[in-house]
Amino acid sequence: MVEAIALAHGWEMQHDASVVVIGQDVGANGGVFRATAGLQQRFGKDRVQDTPLAEATIAGMSVGMATHGLRPVAEIQFMGFLYPALDQIVNHMSRMRNRTRGRLTCPVVIRTPHGGGIHAPEHHSESTETLLCHIPGIRVVCPSSPARAYGLLLAAIRDPDPVMFLEPVRLYRAMRQEVTDDGQALPLDACFILREGGDVTLVTWGAMTTETLRAAAELDARGIGAEVIDLATLSPIDIETILASVAKTGRLVIVHEAARNVGVGAEIAALVAEHGLYDLQAPIQRVTGFDTIMPLFKLEHDYIPGVQRIIDAVELTFAG
Amino acid sequence: MKMVAEFKIHHRQILGPRGETLAPLPSFAQDSAEVLRMYEAMTLVRVFDAKAVNLQRTGQLGTYPSCLGHEAAHVGVGAAMLPMDVLAPVYREFGTQLWRGVTMTEILTYWGGDERGNDFAVPKADFAWCVPIATQTLHAAGAAMAFKIRKEPRCALAYIGDGGTSEGAFYEALNLAGSRRLPVVFVIVNNGWAISVPVAEQTAARTLAQKAVAAGIPGVQVDGNDVFAVREVVSGALEAARRGQGPCLIEALTYRLSDHTTADDASRYRSGQEVKHAWALEPLLRIREFLIRGAAWDAAKEHALLEDCAQRVDAAVTEYLAAPKPSTDAMFDHLFAELPAHLREQRLIARRYGSKSSGH
Repeated sequence: MVEAIALAHGWEMQHDASVVVIGQDVGANGGVFRATAGLQQRFGKDRVQDTPLAEATIAGMSVGMATHGLRPVAEIQFMGFLYPALDQIVNHMSRMRNRTRGRLTCPVVIRTPHGGGIHAPEHHSESTETLLCHIPGIRVVCPSSPARAYGLLLAAIRDPDPVMFLEPVRLYRAMRQEVTDDGQALPLDACFILREGGDVTLVTWGAMTTETLRAAAELDARGIGAEVIDLATLSPIDIETILASVAKTGRLVIVHEAARNVGVGAEIAALVAEHGLYDLQAPIQRVTGFDTIMPLFKLEHDYIPGVQRIIDAVELTFAG
Repeated sequence: MKMVAEFKIHHRQILGPRGETLAPLPSFAQDSAEVLRMYEAMTLVRVFDAKAVNLQRTGQLGTYPSCLGHEAAHVGVGAAMLPMDVLAPVYREFGTQLWRGVTMTEILTYWGGDERGNDFAVPKADFAWCVPIATQTLHAAGAAMAFKIRKEPRCALAYIGDGGTSEGAFYEALNLAGSRRLPVVFVIVNNGWAISVPVAEQTAARTLAQKAVAAGIPGVQVDGNDVFAVREVVSGALEAARRGQGPCLIEALTYRLSDHTTADDASRYRSGQEVKHAWALEPLLRIREFLIRGAAWDAAKEHALLEDCAQRVDAAVTEYLAAPKPSTDAMFDHLFAELPAHLREQRLIARRYGSKSSGH
């Protein structure tokens, strides 16, 4: 997946001179995960810049650059280091268009790794997308495969508004797939149906698509047809696709790695309760990370929901 | 131990408090039309400011941050900038903004609670008012980065207050600007007070200009009540930045003669004696005295100017007060380039209930 992300950067920088890449170690080093590998050699130091080690700087200068004709694609090295940038994201990036009545806009992409599962140090494994999804005026996107990372990143860079682009670290190297470098973007604000099924709807995103698809395969062997939906854009939510699936299956299980409390899963559950309650044949189930601190890596796979928890939640929807 | 670094901070003043010249006049100050233009701009913003406070007191404007006492700093900066430069203001620098073409109606519209005031017809590329302290300094650095990458001969100029220099974003912006030699100038308007906290409690630094030293950029202090000194120093810094010589930090020493905003009462935390002393140094007095010394000004001209300013302000107030309240759609119109589906639904709810709740 990480190569697909680098490819998308390269394509867009080649075709749009206003695209610049900034972040810590994105230049000569090509990013700590190699997501910007080779870009500085190809496009030079003006367009691929190592910034000072300061996240508010990265977000704040992105606002200044974007309001003045550039399209910055900024990397925050780990999601745990995003928080100094939140001031700029919440107070400026997300609202610049609105507060200037469209006079100044912020076509910025902030990319950051998301989630755990790679034995990383403390503060390197969190999934705090819910903080971002609560902010009006920005999009939050989380791809679940190399092809979707490529297509959605292109869409995010081309979008006229700010996009937070969360990259599941578990998939950076684990997921390999041929990607055609053709500049074709995928739609934002749209779910992807990864697997069709008629008995239960499983909604998930990011790295959890792996466990969810595995659970779906096991369920299939037991005669339960699971439809797996990759949310992809976490804000705004494409609720129509989910409602259509629930209308067909009558059952909904939401799977996410992030903590449960006020999570994106809660929003999906609320929307389905508001608009699709009478389609449900069983209570909605959520399979999520615990409302605890993300543990250090010895316990991280006990925190991240596994295949069995997903299967058990699906079984619960058939238990009534 | 050997000395590895040392620094000096210079202070620039041209006009004394009674309009006496303490240093050779820069060329713009030898052009009486140009001096008059600056004096008229300072007078206009003072008349406007008093009216805005009055509008707030009578319930016709929201909370408003008076710029009383800052006229020389603000107009001096405005006069030093070129139209193609970009201003990143805090929220008090109306003198600069009026000079650059922001209208009094736009100022009142924003402080009257309507985002349309941020949609400047001129200057199109300037940033809007910035309430989260110090964050604008990074925007100016980012804009300067864009100018540098595109090799445009433009500069960004960010304001910041004395209190703002305690914020991390300020140091980050200085650091970024210095490390990349960005065409950006930072102007600290040191008016002595961050709401109720005096500068001495903000920092142990002898000057705020010396905060430039750690970022490796020049820092200079200027008498912020002296419009000649402000314009000269800021012009020099902008021209250097335009030539690729990098950023500069300028500390303009002035005094907030008003409360912090109309929601504040400064008598709770500072002495009347201090304010009285500050009035003796206020910026309009000295330029007026300078003009009188040069026989370019008299009581009749002063009276006519005040009349003219009052008329212009009244016309802006009339225009501001006549503007209808925005429709509830305004909350949704510019949230995204294209409104997502769930917001279209919420827009309908706002339309249905909005007018009822607001009593229209």
